[in-house]
Amino acid sequence: MSTNVSDAARPETAPQSAAAPHAGRYYRRFGFIERLMHAGLMFTFIGCALSGLPLLFPYTGWGRALAALMGGFEGAALVHRVSATVMVIVFVSHIFQFLWRGLASGNILSVLWGPDSLMPQPKDIVDLYQHVKYFLGLGPRPNFDRYTYWEKFDYMAVFWGMFIIGGSGLMLWFAVPLSHYVPGWMFNVATLVHGEEALLAVGFIFTIHFFNGHVRPEKFPMDLVIFTGRVAEHELKEERPEEYARLVREGRLVQIETTPPSARAIAFGRAIGGTALVLGIVTIVLILYGLLVG
Amino acid sequence: MSTCASVTHVTLPHRDSRWRAGEVHAPRERPAGARSTQPRRPMQPAQLLKALALSLTIGLAAAANAADPNETCMMCHADASAKGAGGKSIAVDAAGFARSVHGEMQLKCTDCHADVSADKLPHPEKLKPPACANCHEDAAARFAGTVHGKARADGRTIAASCRDCHGAHDILRTSDPASRTNHVNLEQTCAACHGNEALIKKANLPGGNIAGMYHDSIHGRLLHEKGSRQAMAPECTDCHGTHDIRAKSEKASRVARANIPATCGNCHQREKTVFDKGMHGKMLQAGNAAAPVCTDCHTAHTIQETTRPQWQLAVIGQCGNCHDDFISSYRLTYHGKVTNLGFANIATCAACHGAHDVRPASDPLSKVSAENRLATCRTCHAEAGPKFASWDPHPQPRNKERSAILYYTWIFMQALLAGVFVFFGLHTVLWAYRSLRTALARKRGNR
Repeated sequence: MSTNVSDAARPETAPQSAAAPHAGRYYRRFGFIERLMHAGLMFTFIGCALSGLPLLFPYTGWGRALAALMGGFEGAALVHRVSATVMVIVFVSHIFQFLWRGLASGNILSVLWGPDSLMPQPKDIVDLYQHVKYFLGLGPRPNFDRYTYWEKFDYMAVFWGMFIIGGSGLMLWFAVPLSHYVPGWMFNVATLVHGEEALLAVGFIFTIHFFNGHVRPEKFPMDLVIFTGRVAEHELKEERPEEYARLVREGRLVQIETTPPSARAIAFGRAIGGTALVLGIVTIVLILYGLLVG
Repeated sequence: MSTCASVTHVTLPHRDSRWRAGEVHAPRERPAGARSTQPRRPMQPAQLLKALALSLTIGLAAAANAADPNETCMMCHADASAKGAGGKSIAVDAAGFARSVHGEMQLKCTDCHADVSADKLPHPEKLKPPACANCHEDAAARFAGTVHGKARADGRTIAASCRDCHGAHDILRTSDPASRTNHVNLEQTCAACHGNEALIKKANLPGGNIAGMYHDSIHGRLLHEKGSRQAMAPECTDCHGTHDIRAKSEKASRVARANIPATCGNCHQREKTVFDKGMHGKMLQAGNAAAPVCTDCHTAHTIQETTRPQWQLAVIGQCGNCHDDFISSYRLTYHGKVTNLGFANIATCAACHGAHDVRPASDPLSKVSAENRLATCRTCHAEAGPKFASWDPHPQPRNKERSAILYYTWIFMQALLAGVFVFFGLHTVLWAYRSLRTALARKRGNR
């Protein structure tokens, strides 16, 4: 199965790959726009989480302290709504970028299907099955392509979340004008859905996404690719053998070769990513505490 | 962290140095000379001899000249350092007595101390307590029925007697601003016991340090102001009575549950009228022992302005004492969450249900009746549309009968959360296991 994994290319210790600039070749994985959008989502997500969580745990000391820190519920609402608005702007601009990329490539279907698309496809089911077998020691690691199934899940979850949380949030924000058109009980449903979905999103990002993308032993403490945009050759080969083989086959590998990430980019990524990681993990601890005492 | 239901002792610790528990019988502002403030010194043997000799002399003199018996008494008792055989001061402040209401009336010492006779001096060391009842028949008879009188009759002599509230030789008319029983001094008079921690503990006084609580309440703070506002402030006896103070368990007590609206209504007539017509008032009139009265929401001794956010938040907890299921559903709404976070400028119970005029939703006059509900919402949400009031301010997602759509939404969300976290939780655990094993194997291989 793992035909493309060359044992010689395997680094001695995996974490080294995410550390200091590597001597080997580097390839561009994410462009500036993608990195900017991830950063935008990151900041607005944390902004929404920190200003919204006190309402889910109003009986905790930390909830009260956090709300007071933001200047009461009006202040928290302002932080929440500004964050949410920026997040929606990021989301909408992504849709435009997505369509633009499709149109520019001459084939809009290329962003909706195929190995370079983020849409779930049959291979993802196979990959998931094989990955679980690999976890259990029953088979080799699957040959992942450019986007793995868990990355696609994270991506699609943003769409789901954006409609569910964004929709219910907008309903609650504009409840009074909306009440001329929709019945009041819809706001009860919106409140319930908004809170539960928020707990799901926060819980998922700050545990599952953090583990999958960052803190698992191969990436510990974090994968800087979303901050620097660059991936080391050995890492690409090992992590995404199918993509590597495809790039070689199609002769595109040389096109995306780039310089190693600068020390500054690495420091920047570590500062931003590290802060987000710590904030997220602290938040999870506070949520667990809130659930326990609640 | 507990909810904000704690009592708000807003002015503690006492900024008013004039007022200290245990010291209240001697406020520093009381006019000089009103009471004896002579320092006590231990008596030297020489002094003792001198005093004894003096007593003998006076005894002889009194026997010879009985024209003014008080003067005879004062020959011994005027000496500020005079002490009895037991070492207790026997000094009487003549000037203080002269200013007192009894002094004004030119009463003789023996009018109260009837077991002393000028013919037999020096009189016995131990005298009977003065019989106030000889003159104050009515007051004494009524006192016997009070909580203090009954306690004393039961042998609990720690309970207040006439003297504990009125004083002894320095009794002033209640209208006198220096009187212990004057409006402005009564707080301190009662606090001698009900604000004295040691005594509260010793006598197991009900309610604890109620004088301290009262001191910081809206009534207490009003009392510490000057002028007409001070005159307006109720003190202890305005609610509890004087020679009719009874335990609240007694039906005749002014502070028995059933009588509280009437007692508070003495000043707060308008509120009482509204309360009487409301649900809680009607329950009380029907003899329902569970009916809330003024003090259930406002407390008895820690009453605060209703505009205070701390009070507005605390009173939610008071409503919850009876309506706890409504509180838990209220806590699921934005209103309930924000108040739980400690901010009061959002709908509390009273904002929708009213306060003294609270009525069941079935009553057309209720603020939350089908007819009035939207108007009530619009007191805050001025632009609310006609369908706004179908929002449930007490949602119960687990109650299918109340709202099926909310119930199924809740089920769906629970299943979604459980599904995602169980699936990815397992995925993560397995992955972590595999990754750690691989990393360990690699490490061993490198050695």
